[in-house]
Amino acid sequence: MSAFSAIGEETDKDQNEFTPGLEPQPTWCPGCGDFGVLKALKGAAAELGLSPDEMLLCTGIGCSGKLNSYFESYGFHTIHGRSLPIARAAKLANPGLTVVAAGGDGDGYGIGGNHFMHSARENHDMTYIVFNNEIFGLTKGQTSPTSPKGHKSKTQPHGSAKEPLRPLSLSLTSGASYIARTAAVNPNQAKEIIVEAIEHDGFSHIDFLTQCPTWNKDARQYVPYIDIQDSDDYDFDNTDRREASEMMAETEDALHEGTVLTGRYYVDSERPSYGQEKRTIGEMPEEPLAERYFDDDYEWERSYDMFLDKHR
Amino acid sequence: MTDDELIWRIAGGSGDGIASTSQNFAKALMRSGLHVFTHRHYPSRIRGGHTYTEIRASADEVESRGDGYNFLLTLGDSFARNPSENAYYGDEEQKPLYENLDELREGGVMVIDSGLVDTEVVEDFDERVEENDWHVYEFDLRSLAREHGREVMRNTAGVGVTCALAGIERSWIKELMEEAMPEKILEPNLEILDEAYEMAMDVEHTHDVQVPEGEHDEEQVLLSGSDAIAYGAIDEGCRFIAGYPMTPWTEVFTIMSQNLPELGGISEQVEDEIAAAALALGASHAGVKAMSGSSGGGFALMSEPLGLAEMTETPVVFVEAMRAGPSTGMPTKPEQGDLEHVLYTSQGDSNRVVFAPSTVSEAYTQTRKAFELAYEYQIPAIVIYDQKLGGELVNVPASHFDEEPNADLGSTLTEAEIADAPHDASGKFNRFRYDGEKGVSPRSVPGQKGGRFLATGNEHMPAGHISEDPENRVFQMDRRMERVENIRADLDGMGTSHQTPHGVSDAEYGILTWGSNQGTVFEAVDRLNDDGYAVKALSVSDMMPYPTEEVQAFIESVDEVLVVEMNASAQFRGLTQKELGRYGEKLSSLLKYNGNPFEPAEIVEGFVTSIVENDTLPGTETKFVPAAGD
Repeated sequence: MSAFSAIGEETDKDQNEFTPGLEPQPTWCPGCGDFGVLKALKGAAAELGLSPDEMLLCTGIGCSGKLNSYFESYGFHTIHGRSLPIARAAKLANPGLTVVAAGGDGDGYGIGGNHFMHSARENHDMTYIVFNNEIFGLTKGQTSPTSPKGHKSKTQPHGSAKEPLRPLSLSLTSGASYIARTAAVNPNQAKEIIVEAIEHDGFSHIDFLTQCPTWNKDARQYVPYIDIQDSDDYDFDNTDRREASEMMAETEDALHEGTVLTGRYYVDSERPSYGQEKRTIGEMPEEPLAERYFDDDYEWERSYDMFLDKHR
Repeated sequence: MTDDELIWRIAGGSGDGIASTSQNFAKALMRSGLHVFTHRHYPSRIRGGHTYTEIRASADEVESRGDGYNFLLTLGDSFARNPSENAYYGDEEQKPLYENLDELREGGVMVIDSGLVDTEVVEDFDERVEENDWHVYEFDLRSLAREHGREVMRNTAGVGVTCALAGIERSWIKELMEEAMPEKILEPNLEILDEAYEMAMDVEHTHDVQVPEGEHDEEQVLLSGSDAIAYGAIDEGCRFIAGYPMTPWTEVFTIMSQNLPELGGISEQVEDEIAAAALALGASHAGVKAMSGSSGGGFALMSEPLGLAEMTETPVVFVEAMRAGPSTGMPTKPEQGDLEHVLYTSQGDSNRVVFAPSTVSEAYTQTRKAFELAYEYQIPAIVIYDQKLGGELVNVPASHFDEEPNADLGSTLTEAEIADAPHDASGKFNRFRYDGEKGVSPRSVPGQKGGRFLATGNEHMPAGHISEDPENRVFQMDRRMERVENIRADLDGMGTSHQTPHGVSDAEYGILTWGSNQGTVFEAVDRLNDDGYAVKALSVSDMMPYPTEEVQAFIESVDEVLVVEMNASAQFRGLTQKELGRYGEKLSSLLKYNGNPFEPAEIVEGFVTSIVENDTLPGTETKFVPAAGD
């Protein structure tokens, strides 16, 4: 028996595979956008024919961080902002795994902003879903990095003096090779995008607009969405960095004015993933490193044979 | 220990090749059959700034830098930015001369590169020479180097002169130069070496400092503490490292990064230390032996993932290379000020292993033990050491490293074992269920069929689901803490101890120490016993779980104990009192935190003055802190 026989195993494409058989039931508020992400992710995993045992879902802290409590796979519920470094190391250690990271806008764009930038830059082969509801939910409604300018909250009672962060543009500048925005109220598109993102060999960033009915009642995410790929008005080549950048700018300008555009903004299928780059230059083994620890026949090298000539 | 020793100090400017030259020289002395110990002193600058390396060589074993030195090779600082007496940092060009004179022993030899260094900058130079019976040899090494090659090769000229004056066989040096240098620079260097040698042979020798002769029973290797930690990790099957450069931890990180790709491993230099520690957790979670590390400030950032490793029972090894603090402190100077930081950092109750190796050979064995315990007990293990141990090169018998590799993942299950293990009703593997074995719940890794579970930093049920149930909380907390107690029992039952005793058995006085002070303290203990005091020492390496029984037996076997450590707040003494719950009246401290490690004479003086004579220490280099009962 192989050490990781779940990897590559085809399931019967039923999303119930990814639903825990018993408790816990989601603790999210009624009407929360997070339900939409969960549903889309389950649908995508089933459509891809993945097995729950070959997936690793890493999450951060916050309402979004509880995602892997309600999704049946290997999970690592990490700490504030740190889902990405944990996820990307797991992928390097065992490239056979399907690795997905998820977190909120505070978690991913605030405290974990540095990791986001560098994970995108390195183009790790993984999918990163950011639940963007423009608010801190679990800590009860503080202004987040994506909250619009002027947003009032208990910690910014005079209204935020800061411009919101522009996640799509930041992602493109940082180097992500697949960038999309979708929304909880658009479940079919959300599922399609997650499927594409997981299949994409490189860092896939999904800015997932989710509504927070409890703490962010004013948010614009309730308005109808326009799917840019379905509309001739937004015709652009999403493999062209410059055109993608312009579209992102337009979308991000318009987000708080009542127009919400979703879809694929940038897709670079040419660029090799980080793991591939490392293998090419000889910095990473061809076979999954983790496999070796379960291979009784592998001959482990020791320092005495390799290095001591240098020290004699 | 004997007086028959050469302690050679090469002084110059940072960037002048002091480190590489001394490394070669130390190796040559080792190959000639001597025991060597090097001590590095360098500024936090790239080029320019006074730096020296000291090599102590003796036919007998040497475990410390010794007191002072007897052979100075001063090259001057060719990268000095401030060649002026009134400059903020003083006259840097000449510093390698005047900064080093206080510790040059009576009768010592001084070789001065007159091409750069001017003895006139030293006040009363001639008087001091006469008073101390120093033997001064001046040569224009700079011009000699320029003549045959480039100015930086004047260190080779200095080595040539040293060989002539100290009676060292040149062939040892030449052999090493031939091994290390590319053809293009080898030729001029050999010419410089020979010419400098002849030049120094031509002058009259007035001194009697000579290199001793020695012979090794078995083959030796020259390694630093950083080398030993890296090799220990490699031999224990560690094939993943993630880090961010920070002095002095960078040395371990560099050695690993240079070797892991060849071994089919992975090294990642990442955006910060939080990421570095988190990557190590991610790789370990996925079934690889992984490590990360840093020094004080970087380790502060790692405290958050460290707590996550404790809560999720993710095995991992962290390395903490101490330098003087607080904050960024003195980046290139040794101190033992991070002990409490490493023991207690991160939120909640600590459940971790902390080892503080005392010597280069222990750095190897204890790093291996740290990995073994981490993966068996699913607990983070930390190896804490200081800049001194990390950087000092010493000879160790090669056979010490002739050990079998161990890549066993400890309490990690195979798929067949997972299939037989209890699962939750949801289908999840009960990863955090207690099986009655030392608090350890065997783990699965992602990709294994039937092994899925949730690892979370929140308190959780056996399958990993978050829970605030009081009963489960106490059960899980007790189980995690129980592992630490069982590790102590395991270590005690091994028959060998990480704690190293030294000195006479029927001692009246005791010296307790930890980490890199060991060799220095032991040398001081030998001298005290030679001087008629009855003293013994215990060097402690297990910081957590603490070796309570051994330390208690030691303290109780003597009348009074002096605790020697390199920090200002007596952290190890505090730990000892906390762990043993008493002895406040019996333990006093000798502390040093000026950026330089102890010399044996300081410990002898501190002990005699403070403990025996109950008097006040005259100097400002070390500090005595009396026992609480005084």
